Amino acid sequence: MTPLITVRDLHFRYDDGTAALNGVNFDLFPGETVALLGANGSGKTTFVLHLNGLLAGSGSIEVCGMPLTKATLPRVRQKIGLVFQDSETQLFMPTVLEDVAFGPLNLGLDPHAAVDRAMHALELTGMSGEAHKAPYHLSAGEKKRVAIAGILAMQPEILILDEPTTFLDPPAQRSLIELLHSLPQAKIVVTHDTSFAAALSSRAVFFQKGVVAAEGDVTGLVRRFAWNSPVTTSR
Amino acid sequence: MHHVVLERWSRGRSVLHRRDARAKTLALLVFLVVLATSYGPLAALSGVYFALLLSALLLARLPVAGALARSALVLPFSVAFAAVSLLAGDAPRAAALLSKSYLSALAVLILISTTPLPQLLRGLEQIGVPHFLLMVAQFLYRYLFVISEEAQHMRVAALSRGASVRGMAARRARFRAAAGALAVLFARSYARAGGIHRAMLSRGFQGRFHLLAAPRFGWADAAFLLLAALLPAAARGFLGGWRP
Amino acid sequence: MHIPDGFLAAPVWASLDVAAVPAVGYLVRRAQRGFEESRAPLLGVMGAFVFAAQMINFPVGIGTSGHLVGGALLALTLGPASAGVVMTAILAIQALVFQDGGVLALGANVTNMALCGVLAGYLPFHFWGNGPWRRFSFFLGGVLSVLASAVLALAQLLLSGIRMPGSVLGLSLGLFAVSAVLEGLITLTVVGALETLNPGFIRQATAGHSRALGLLGTVAVALAVFGVLIASRDPDGIWKLAGSLGIAGRAQALLPTPLADYQVGFLQSPWLRRAAGGLAGLGLIFGACVLFGRLVSKSRSA
Ligand SMILES: Nc1ncnc2c1ncn2[C@@H]1O[C@H](COP(=O)(O)OP(=O)(O)OP(=O)(O)O)[C@@H](O)[C@H]1O
Ligand SMILES: [Mg+2]
Repeated sequence: MTPLITVRDLHFRYDDGTAALNGVNFDLFPGETVALLGANGSGKTTFVLHLNGLLAGSGSIEVCGMPLTKATLPRVRQKIGLVFQDSETQLFMPTVLEDVAFGPLNLGLDPHAAVDRAMHALELTGMSGEAHKAPYHLSAGEKKRVAIAGILAMQPEILILDEPTTFLDPPAQRSLIELLHSLPQAKIVVTHDTSFAAALSSRAVFFQKGVVAAEGDVTGLVRRFAWNSPVTTSR
Repeated sequence: MHHVVLERWSRGRSVLHRRDARAKTLALLVFLVVLATSYGPLAALSGVYFALLLSALLLARLPVAGALARSALVLPFSVAFAAVSLLAGDAPRAAALLSKSYLSALAVLILISTTPLPQLLRGLEQIGVPHFLLMVAQFLYRYLFVISEEAQHMRVAALSRGASVRGMAARRARFRAAAGALAVLFARSYARAGGIHRAMLSRGFQGRFHLLAAPRFGWADAAFLLLAALLPAAARGFLGGWRP
Repeated sequence: MHIPDGFLAAPVWASLDVAAVPAVGYLVRRAQRGFEESRAPLLGVMGAFVFAAQMINFPVGIGTSGHLVGGALLALTLGPASAGVVMTAILAIQALVFQDGGVLALGANVTNMALCGVLAGYLPFHFWGNGPWRRFSFFLGGVLSVLASAVLALAQLLLSGIRMPGSVLGLSLGLFAVSAVLEGLITLTVVGALETLNPGFIRQATAGHSRALGLLGTVAVALAVFGVLIASRDPDGIWKLAGSLGIAGRAQALLPTPLADYQVGFLQSPWLRRAAGGLAGLGLIFGACVLFGRLVSKSRSA
């Protein structure tokens, strides 16, 4: 099976000299869900920003057979939908509906089709009742769900979620797991929540100091790196 | 917070809330121009204008006392200048400054508390205000909450630093601490803007904002505009006169 | 100082509104150039920053404190055109949402703070930003931006017929001077702190360092600003000057007869004379601002 995403020897250094990625190799195959685990500052966010061409390091990235270059960038961004770690920065439009319709409009849909798609995505995430609210009046968890709807509305082939469970209450986490299970796309989920990772993913990748230190199934990696949350270990 | 309250008011469903933003904006402009160019019996004219604004408040089912009190925010400035005019022996002008500035503020308040800001900005765009400027205003308003909250934290941090020293040195230390806080706030805002730009790019932004379908300007809106423009103009026509 | 509605005479606000529209349109086009609309989030967030910066107080002494106004700081970091757009957006939001400053008076406030204030704040840096006077140019920029905005606002109020006893006028000028110096100090210290965080925040001055030109420009701004103030207090002075230079006579000779009659009648109404005299002055400084803006942007894009 050919991978959807192939990354080879990816290096990246921020302007201030921080070496955030030091030779990452990674593959994503159709239909699978990969969890990215690793300590704070190990480079997970930096890595996923590269997949969408938002940062450009050295090394090679291929998405759906296309090498990531300036010319392929628009098509790559159409294929990969990225839900950001901070929903406050992602929800920049004045109303929820306009925010979710922002992506479809950029894809060239006419306003009516864009609104239809946006409403459908909002229904999927259970936020259609808030369509005309201003994003800053939503709770943190609601913001996250709108941010996810904004990506689903673009109907990407690959979904990347950076810390999707922060601020979600347990029922919302469960419904997010159900939602993600029901979506056919391949997914990359960056998370510190190991039970969420275990419920969702077939495979996990462990980041350490800007490289992939290990891969395998979630439970194996959790045991190997003692990556349990403190609440469960103390019991 | 002032703007949060107005925003809540603006989500009402009254006849006035449902009018097109363009109609309300143009009506406001007509009112302001009529008011600004009014001369003659100030008390009578102000009374009529006030009655008009009051009926708009009632029509919009806004809390009357609250709206009247909020418009009084302009008064400190006006009172200062009215006092200066009085000192200079120009009592009529003092009265005119007070009543005109208050009525103008009340009129603007009615517009903003019956029209959510996004709709208002959209209406301004349809009237011909540059889209880019309105996008800047919209981002400004959107992130006002976020950055203000950060500023609040920075303020506490800046206050707690240099609080122990006294005298001139303390003042300088606090000045520097405040400048440091502002610089950090600046850097964070800058980074925040970078993040927003990334989020836009990752959702296919290619340099231009596309808009959802524009609202329609209906008969009701035209009738409202006509009425709202005629009433104050007629009042001035009957009561006041032109000054050369 | 945000002028509310109801303060300015109709000729003053109307002409400043009419003048501000093309000027802001020009700034908007300049600020967008090369970026399309990608800079909207940056400018908007920086506008929110200036707004929020008012919460952070700078101690002045005798129990009072001041805060950043921001025109010069924005010009130094974003460039004059973008800074003008940000200030315009701030003024619009303040007028509409916070009822701070009038809607009809928006043209006046934009002229004072977003156009003249920003350009005056940028001027010293434009000429001295590379040389040994670099730090001084930050300070002077802050001073000039607040001084220009405040004095222009005062001039517009006087022009509109608001009478002020000499003592009050003197007192307000004194207060303006204090807040101008404070803005200069704040701008200087914040720029210093920003440069230690990341030197890239402050722009590169492009004009080389011509002390003479800078001095000339600064003096010209100061003269123009105070000239407008004096003219609007005593507009007859301008007409006397025009008369002694023979300009008024020549202008009347050039106009066709019916208009010339009208012109004479026009000049005989003392109120209109006052307004016209001051407006001529304001027009002058406005033209100077726009011209300077063009020069700055020319040398920038060159
Ligand atoms: N804009 C930036 N400029 C400089 N350094 C940065 C920047 N963003 C991140 N870094 C640094 O790069 C490294 C990797 O950061 P990254 O955000 O990718 O970590 P992460 O694995 O996502 O962490 P977390 O779990 O906390 O989200 C960190 O050392 C961080 O300090
Ligand atoms: Mg991260």
